[in-house]
Amino acid sequence: MAEIDTLTAISEETDAGTTRKMTLNMGPQHPSTHGVLRIILELDGETITKADPDIGFLHTGIEKQAEALTWQQVVPLTDRTDYLANLSNNLGYVLAVEKLLQVEVPARAQWMRVLLTEITRINSHMVWLGTSAMDVGAMSVFFYTFREREEILRLFEFFSGQRMMTSYFRIGGLALDAPRGWQKWVERFLKIMPDRIDMLEGLLNENPIFKRRTQGVGFISLEDMLDLSVTGPMLRAAGLKVDARKDNPYSSYEKFQFDVPTRTENDVYARYLVRMAEMRESLKIVQQALDGMPEGRYVADAEKVVLPDREQMKTQMEALIHHFKIVSEGFRVPAGEAHQVIESPRGELAYYVVSDGTSKPYRVFMRTPSFGNLQSLQTLFEGYPIADSIASLGSMDFVLGDTDR
Amino acid sequence: MIPEAVAQDPVAASVLARFPDAVVEGHANLGELTLVVKAEQIVEVCRHLKDDQSFVRLSSVTCVDWHPRTPRFEVVYHMQSLKQNNRWLRVKARVSGENPEIDSVYSVWRGCDWYEREVFDLYGVVFRGHPNMKRIMMPEDWVGHPLRKDFPTHGYKYSYVDKD
Repeated sequence: MAEIDTLTAISEETDAGTTRKMTLNMGPQHPSTHGVLRIILELDGETITKADPDIGFLHTGIEKQAEALTWQQVVPLTDRTDYLANLSNNLGYVLAVEKLLQVEVPARAQWMRVLLTEITRINSHMVWLGTSAMDVGAMSVFFYTFREREEILRLFEFFSGQRMMTSYFRIGGLALDAPRGWQKWVERFLKIMPDRIDMLEGLLNENPIFKRRTQGVGFISLEDMLDLSVTGPMLRAAGLKVDARKDNPYSSYEKFQFDVPTRTENDVYARYLVRMAEMRESLKIVQQALDGMPEGRYVADAEKVVLPDREQMKTQMEALIHHFKIVSEGFRVPAGEAHQVIESPRGELAYYVVSDGTSKPYRVFMRTPSFGNLQSLQTLFEGYPIADSIASLGSMDFVLGDTDR
Repeated sequence: MIPEAVAQDPVAASVLARFPDAVVEGHANLGELTLVVKAEQIVEVCRHLKDDQSFVRLSSVTCVDWHPRTPRFEVVYHMQSLKQNNRWLRVKARVSGENPEIDSVYSVWRGCDWYEREVFDLYGVVFRGHPNMKRIMMPEDWVGHPLRKDFPTHGYKYSYVDKD
C-alpha cells in the first residue's frame, strides 16, 4: 500500500513539473567498483548531485597484525594490501625498515628491486587497462591485457616461486638470487611487450566509442586534487609533474634515465594516455636495469639481519648463532621512526614505521595511494551523469585491499 | 629541548619564530625533520605551514599509541611541500589517554577527512570540528578501538582459544 502511495506521489510531482531526488545504492558488489566499494548516490534525473563512498568492507586489520609479528614476518602481509602491485608494497616496507636499521643494500639487490617493481607497474596498469576499458564497453581489451599479465606473472613465478604474493624483497636484500637464465626471460618480455602495448593502443586510442566515453569526462581541478591528497597518475594527467622516483629517489632510481609522462587535459582519456606512456617508460627502465645489472651479492652484509649462507651456517659457530637468533627471536631494530615514500603504480605509497627497540614493529602505518585517491570521489562524481561515473571510477585505479588494509 | 640542527632548518625556524611556545620538541633523525607541537596549536601551525611554507599536500594523518606512557597518543601528520625541493615534514601532537581530543585540520586541508576518521575509528581520538566524525573501517556498531595497544590482537568476541 505504501508503495502505491509513493508512486502516486511521484507521478503527482512529475505532473506538477517538479523533480524528486532519488537515492541509489551502488555496490558493494557492483562490478565496476572493482572490489567491495559501496557508493550511495543521490540523483537528480541522471545527474549525480551527491556521492557518498562507504569503505571498510575489506578491512583485515593488517596494521594490527603487523604489531604481533617480527619485522621480517610483516613482508608477506604487505603483499596482501595492494594485491595488484605486491612488489611495490614489499619495497616500501623493506626500505622503511632498512632506513631504521641503517643497512646498506648492495647495488645488485637495488637494481633487481627496480627491475621487478617496474614490471609490477606494467602488471598493475595492464589489469587497470583491461577492467576500466571493459567498464566503458571495450570488452576485447580485457582478454589481451590478461594475456600480457600472464607473461608477467610467469616471470614473477620464475623469480620468486609465486605468481602473485611474491614476498621477494626481504629486509636487507632479496629472498634469493635471481634464477639462472633470468636475463633470457626478461629479454623475451622486453621483446614482445612494446608490440603488445602498440596493439592495445591501436584498439583504444582512436576508438570513437572509447573516446566519446572518456574525453571531457571526470574533470577535477588540480587544486581540489592537491587539497584532497590525490596522488599519482591522476595528478600527472592534470599537468603536475610529481613522481617520488624523481623527487626523492630511492633504491638507486637516480641512476636510471626515464621521463615522467604528463598531460594537461585532466580527464579520463588523459589518465589513460598517461598510464600507457608510463608502461613504455617502465620498459625503458627494465631495459636499463637488464643491461647494467651489477654483479655481487643479493643481500646486505649485515649478519644480524640477514640469514647466513646455508654452508656457513653448518660450518661456522657465529653463523649458526645468528641463524638461530634471527629465526627464533627475529632481529632487533633500533628505536626510532622512519617514513619511506615510493611511487607505486597507483600513486604515492608511504610506510611509516615506529620501533621501540624490540624485534617486533611498534607501529606500521601504510599510507596507501588508493585511500587518498578515493577521497576525491565525491568531487569527481558531482555534476556528471551516472553513466560517466563508471568511466571516472575506472580512471582512479584503486584497489580496495589497498584502501581498507 | 630543540636541537641546533632542527632550529637552523628554515621550515622549523619559521615555525619557531612565528609560534615560539608551540614547538615542544624536535629532531632530524635519519634526515626526517620532525616537530612536536602543542595539541592546542596544531591548526594554527598547520595553517602557517601551508600558507607560508607551501606545504600544500597533506600526505597522511595517523596515530601511535604509547600506552601506558602519558600522554598516551601521538597524532602524526606527514606533509609535503611542492616547492623547496619537494621536501617532507612530520608534525606530531600529543594527546592524553582520557577523553582524547584534538582540533581537526579540516579547515586547512580537506584531505585529512578520511585519515582523521580512520584515527578516530582505530584509536578513538576525537577530532573537534571534523564535519563527519564517524567510523570508517569498522562496522558502525563496533565497540572499542582496535589499534589501541590494550585491544587484544585476536579481539574480544571471536576467540580461537578453547575455554574449558
